[in-house]
Amino acid sequence: MRIEEHPILTFKRGREVEFTFNGKKMKGFEGEPIAAALHANGVRVLSYSKKLKRPRGFYCAIGNCSSCLMTVNGEPNVRVCTEKLREGMVIETQEGRGELN
Amino acid sequence: MLATNGIPTAEELAPRIPPAERLKKGPVAVIECFQKIPCNPCYTACRVGAIEKFEDINDLPRIDFEKCTGCGLCISKCPGLAIFVVDETYSESEATVSMPFEFLPLPEEGQEVDLLDRSGAVVGRGRVVKVRKGKYEDRTPIVTVTVPKHLSMVVRNIRVGGGKK
Amino acid sequence: MKHAQIAVIGGGPAGLMAALAAAEMGAGVTLIDRNSRLGGQLVKQTHKFFGSEKQYASVRGVDIAEILSEKIKENPKIEVMLNSTVVAYYPDDGVLGIEVEEKKWVKMKAERIVVATGASEKFLLFENNDLPGIYGAGAVQTLMNEHGVLPGKNVLMVGAGNIGLIVSYQLMQAGVNVKAIIDAAPTIGGYWVHASKVARLGVPILTSYTVKAAYPNKMTGALERAVIWKLDENWKPVPGTEKVFNVDVMCIAVGLSPLAEILWQAGCRMKYVPELGGHVPVRNENMETTVPGIYVAGDVAGVEEASSAMMEGRLAGLSAAQSLGYDDGSCEEKKAEVKRELENLRSGPVGEKIRKGLSKLAS
Ligand SMILES: Cc1cc2nc3c(=O)[nH]c(=O)nc-3n(C[C@H](O)[C@H](O)[C@H](O)COP(=O)(O)OP(=O)(O)OC[C@H]3O[C@@H](n4cnc5c(N)ncnc54)[C@H](O)[C@@H]3O)c2cc1C
Ligand code: SF4
Ligand code: SF4
Ligand code: FES
Repeated sequence: MRIEEHPILTFKRGREVEFTFNGKKMKGFEGEPIAAALHANGVRVLSYSKKLKRPRGFYCAIGNCSSCLMTVNGEPNVRVCTEKLREGMVIETQEGRGELN
Repeated sequence: MLATNGIPTAEELAPRIPPAERLKKGPVAVIECFQKIPCNPCYTACRVGAIEKFEDINDLPRIDFEKCTGCGLCISKCPGLAIFVVDETYSESEATVSMPFEFLPLPEEGQEVDLLDRSGAVVGRGRVVKVRKGKYEDRTPIVTVTVPKHLSMVVRNIRVGGGKK
Repeated sequence: MKHAQIAVIGGGPAGLMAALAAAEMGAGVTLIDRNSRLGGQLVKQTHKFFGSEKQYASVRGVDIAEILSEKIKENPKIEVMLNSTVVAYYPDDGVLGIEVEEKKWVKMKAERIVVATGASEKFLLFENNDLPGIYGAGAVQTLMNEHGVLPGKNVLMVGAGNIGLIVSYQLMQAGVNVKAIIDAAPTIGGYWVHASKVARLGVPILTSYTVKAAYPNKMTGALERAVIWKLDENWKPVPGTEKVFNVDVMCIAVGLSPLAEILWQAGCRMKYVPELGGHVPVRNENMETTVPGIYVAGDVAGVEEASSAMMEGRLAGLSAAQSLGYDDGSCEEKKAEVKRELENLRSGPVGEKIRKGLSKLAS
């Protein structure tokens, strides 16, 4: 679900890189927000709320609302709407506030 | 009604339609801008002074239909995409409407397209006679299509391909 | 500790103009933005802007951002810090705490501060409003126009103000289907020319409607269906008027509120003015807040337009520089010109709300 052709805009994308989401291999562009790369791969559920385990996606996309916290390379509570994608990243959903294990 | 669905009623449109006498003489701009907003590029775009000077930037555009040559230079400069040029002298049975069109795919000259009214409903088929998409238009191409003459004040959009939806 | 003569926080239209104006007077400026590129809201706007030539009318928002960023880069008096978020202001010693990129911390002492942090989106309450697929309008724009990723296939837009109307138009441009635009108010709040643009694309605008509930797909947990219902004259929902939309995205565009955290931390006097979007800073005619040396401009000072944000930014930049003694004699006249321009922009019927808000703020 990427825009290939646009009447007004052209998109400058970084080089293509691989990453994993809950163990599954995916492709994205280096430097784009992790949430954008996941969305382009059809992943919209990013986390589950702590108490009721309700699925959550992103909401603000600029680092304000904390609805997009995920575990990235083992580190929990990363806001993936602003965190940039890098080659080989390991991205996982977490439940509520994540804990280091 | 503009205030509730964005579609002008006949009464709202009436003062914006050029007089029949003027329409018989050739292409002319129809400015469908009905609300006082802080905006004036239509005035700065017109090189023959057909659009009166804005005393206040919130003024409604006022056009002198006799001065307007129908050149279309104001179409792509209007941020409201509210200006159309209508030529009722195109042929015996057809008029042309020139409109801004910022979508892909862009039609080719000669191509047949669906004609849409102000609510996006299909009202007929027409043929693209011209597509202007130079540096001046700056990615707001101007498409000129033929329309049955009685639809010259109805058609305000096109759909390329057609048959969809 | 870093030092700056004038720190401008936020690189949207207000901050960009503030930095340029202060540098024009000869002051040294550090411009700080948390994004990786300058422009704020402008970089997401594909449409040509209103206003007059002074505010780059007829130029697309994204191109205005480009023009102003170029001017900033060429100006030796302006230092730019990108990927840098101002997270704290320590009022006792007037120091800014800035988080740079990946958790690097910088402290900065600035002689003058211009806060131009913009605004953030309001939420809307309804059943299941937290489902994945329900996004703020700004988030949809960021995803689509900055990163080139589509938010989904079918969208219900909530809000018929300028943002709801424009984002609907942008969604259609990107090839996404907008099923309808709804608004709880009985009339369209945005400019009619924007409403007409989407109407002729075949997108219905339904006024006096609100969201009743949203429902998830059982498998994915993400949005699949939205139900709306009509409001009567007293804004009470009318049972039996429900309409169902099969949409994978609901886009919320019900207004913005000023992002004023830094101003709260600094102890600036704030006042609740609904016409300006919520709590806004009290300031004098030079855009200086009740804390001397802290200036404001743009949406953080009252949610309005890019055209007025630019003018306020210029005013704040000129004033801040002048207060540091940078004035070649032209400052007063330049400020007067900007004030006239602002008055012009706000003089019409669509400026009424802002005029009302500003007079409340001053009283
Ligand atoms: C869809 C849409 C369409 C619009 N169309 C028009 C139009 O046609 N014409 C018009 O005149 N206006 C339009 N506007 C309004 C206009 O974009 C805004 O009024 C304007 O951008 C406000 O400028 P600003 O500089 O105050 O804030 P913003 O543009 O929001 O910029 C604020 C900047 O501050 C940064 N920031 C915030 N907090 C921090 C922090 N703590 N540390 C560091 N940086 C921070 C942000 O990253 C951002 O870059 C539109 C807005 C939207 C959303
Ligand atoms: S069509 Fe040409 S002459 Fe007529 S108002 Fe527009 S710019 Fe002026
Ligand atoms: S440029 Fe377009 S929107 Fe602006 S005043 Fe003129 S006709 Fe109206
Ligand atoms: S979506 Fe709001 S912080 Fe990431």
